[in-house]
Parts: sequence; C-alpha cells; structure tokens
Amino acid sequence: MFLLTPCVVMAQNDLLGELEKDSKKETEYAFATFKGTRLGNGHTVETKPAGTLEFIFGHRFGAINGGSYEMFGLDQAYVRLGLDYGITDHLSASIGRNSTDKTMDGYLKYKLLRQSSGVKNFPVSVTVLGGAAYKLSPKDNKEVAPDFENVDRLAYTGQLLIARKFSPNFSFQLMPTLVHKNYVTQSIESNDQFAVGFGGRIKLTRSIALTGEYYYNVSRVSGSPYYDAMSLGIDIETGGHVFQLLLTNAIGLTERAFITETRDNFFDGDIHLGFNVTRAFQLKKNK
Amino acid sequence: MQIVKLIVLLLASVPAMAQRYSAEKTFVSFFSKASVEDIKAENTKAVSMFDATSGEVAYSVPIKDFKFAKSLMQEHFNEKYLESEKYPKSTFEGKIVGFKGLVEGVQQVHAQGKLTIHGVTHDVDIPGTLEKQADRLVMKSKFMVKLEDYKVRIPQLFWKNIAEQVEVTIDFTYQPK
Repeated sequence: MFLLTPCVVMAQNDLLGELEKDSKKETEYAFATFKGTRLGNGHTVETKPAGTLEFIFGHRFGAINGGSYEMFGLDQAYVRLGLDYGITDHLSASIGRNSTDKTMDGYLKYKLLRQSSGVKNFPVSVTVLGGAAYKLSPKDNKEVAPDFENVDRLAYTGQLLIARKFSPNFSFQLMPTLVHKNYVTQSIESNDQFAVGFGGRIKLTRSIALTGEYYYNVSRVSGSPYYDAMSLGIDIETGGHVFQLLLTNAIGLTERAFITETRDNFFDGDIHLGFNVTRAFQLKKNK
Repeated sequence: MQIVKLIVLLLASVPAMAQRYSAEKTFVSFFSKASVEDIKAENTKAVSMFDATSGEVAYSVPIKDFKFAKSLMQEHFNEKYLESEKYPKSTFEGKIVGFKGLVEGVQQVHAQGKLTIHGVTHDVDIPGTLEKQADRLVMKSKFMVKLEDYKVRIPQLFWKNIAEQVEVTIDFTYQPK
C-alpha cells in the first residue's frame, strides 16, 4: 500500500516535468552578440532588424599628444554622419558621409549564418559586407596626378565578419577584409590590400561593455607611412541609444581610410578620443 | 481492509490519468502602462497541462517568444531585463481552487501555486475563470506582476519608460489528452 502511494503522487504532481518532456527541442539562435553595428571603427556581425532606421554619428577628435596648443586634440574633429536601415532582419543598407577626405560611402550587409544551439548547431555567426567609398577631396583631379580621373576616387571593401558569442558576457570576432583602391601611389601601397581584423567585447554590467579592435594589414609594403588601425572602447547602452567612447589611432570611418590610410601610430601616443552615438527609430512596427 | 484500500486507490488513479487536458492554443501577453509609452508583448508559444481530477495545473512560457512592436525593445527585454539566455522560461505550477468539476458554464476559480519569472519563485494566488465549451476547457486569467518581486531591474534613467508592475493576461484552450 505505502509502496504504491508515491507512484500515484508522482503521476499527479509533476505536470511541469511532463510539459518539459513533451515540448519539442528547438534551435536557439544567439542574439545581441554585440551592442551595435560598429565594434570601434569597423563593423560587427550585427545588422538592423527589418524596418529599423539607425542614425550613427561617428566623431574623432585630434591626437591627444597634440599638446595644449591643440587642446589635446579637442580642437580638431573628424565626423561621419550615417544612416543604417534594416530591409529585412538579415539584410541592411547603409549610407554615410565622412569629413575625412570628404568621403561618401555606402554598404550592404547580409547575415549569412547565425550561431545556434539545439536542433541545429552552428558555432559562429557570419555576416558579409560589401561597400564602396568615393573620395571627393581633392576637388581638382589634377592636384593628384595628370591622368587622375573621377573613377580613381573610388575604393571598394569586401569583408567577412565571423563572430562567436562565447557567453552573454564575452563575444569575439574575426574580420578578414579586402580593400581595393582604384588609384594608389604604387611606391607606398598596392591597389588590393588584405587585412585581418580581430576584436571583441567583454560586458561589465548589463548596459556597459569594454571593446577592442585591431586590423592587421597584411599587404603593407616596406617603407609604408601607414599603421594598423586599432581601438579600445567602452559601450554604454541606454534605451534606444548606444554610446561608444573610444581611443583610436584612426580618424577615418570608412575601411579604406582606417585599414589602409591610418597615419598615426597608437603606440607612439598618436591617440584620438572618439565616440559613436546611435539612435534607432522603428519605422515599421513588427506584426 | 488493506486490499480494499489498495483497489480503491488503483481505481482512483486510473481516471486521474484519463482526465488530463493539454493546451492546444495558448496566449500570454503583458501590458505596462507608463508615462512615455505603453509596452506590450504577446506570446503564443506557451505549453500547459491541466488535470481535471486533482485540479492541478502547470504552464511554461518561453521568454524569447514574446513579440514586441519594437525590435530593439524585444532585444533589451531578452538581453537585459528577463535575461532569457540564463532564464529561458517562466513557469507556473499549482492547483485550481474552486473548480466544481466538468460542468457547463463559467466558473470563477483561483490558481494557487508557484510562479517563476526570471529565476525567482513566489507563491501566488491568481483569480481566473474556467469554462467548459463542448469537450474543450477555456482558462482565462488577468493578474499584476510587480517587477521588483522577481528581481527584474529597471534602470533609474528609464523608469518613465517602464512601469513598476505589469498586467499579465492568460488565455488557454485545453482539449482532453
């Protein structure tokens, strides 16, 4: 009698356990691998969800080691104003204007693969990026070279963004990148340049994260006046905004500018204070 | 005497198994009225079971399946407030009090049991109704959840955007299992 009682009680009491047993195994996709679409100067795997428009204001001051005459860099400003729009949850488009070299730029970003666990297991998220940048400076083609044409002002970027969210607090990203510039001074650089970027974030609190990013340019020629771009930053998220405060040696915010044309050496103290501020607007409500 | 007791017990346990209801359609939503904007999310992925003999009821709601009008809000809800990677489900386990059996009409009932949200469990007593519609059972409930009780922290800066308590609505339709 008493041996049987527990069986009956079990059968009646563990409805929740039965529910868990009955519920189908699902695939869990990693989300919010990074707070924003930019890690520092470059991109993250993140795109904007469908119907979301994001305004990005990227700002870099002058070099901190400019001394008190330059107010430690605060007298100078390099700005990129940009808009990102989510066409679908996986495809977004972006346009921008960077005061560095008076550059107009445009990107398309597509989420190719998503990190997942459960029924479908995949270790990383992969996003592809294709972009073009058009330099408006200098105004007159003849200032560059006698045979310089408008088409020589263009540069293209192809990039794979590969990220893994190891835990809610730690994400790491690899960024193999190809930059093609239609016109270069052959003695100091080549038209096609390949770089390997890497970076990540460590969340300190649920709203604050530390970020780091480094682009190693593999195609650097000896005697090049350029340096690898890097940044160290802090992400602060508040509602619809993300504030990214960072220290970087780059002043340009297009891949061409920071991967191939960074003239300052971080380790010589040519460090610029910068920030990216974003504001998202939901243009189309989800249904 | 012992034998009789045993038989009675065995007989009782058979219909207990047969009177199981499982939810075929579920709807869980919450609503928060705040000065800046109202926040609303809906979820149709909950699972639930009801034992009409013992009155026991249980449900489980996957947090990530709450749909918001704003994508960013949905991300923040999962990442920062409910921490759905750590606490993927909200559950309830308890008993329906005042259930008069499978009779026609709307019955005013109470669900007493353990509600778990964001990894925090509290004993609750939730009012609701139960209605038999042909072979189906419809359970409805509306109750308030104080975010503080379940350690759902709202940043001070944005307290205006999120109310301190939210109204949860539950609408489950069960069929015999």
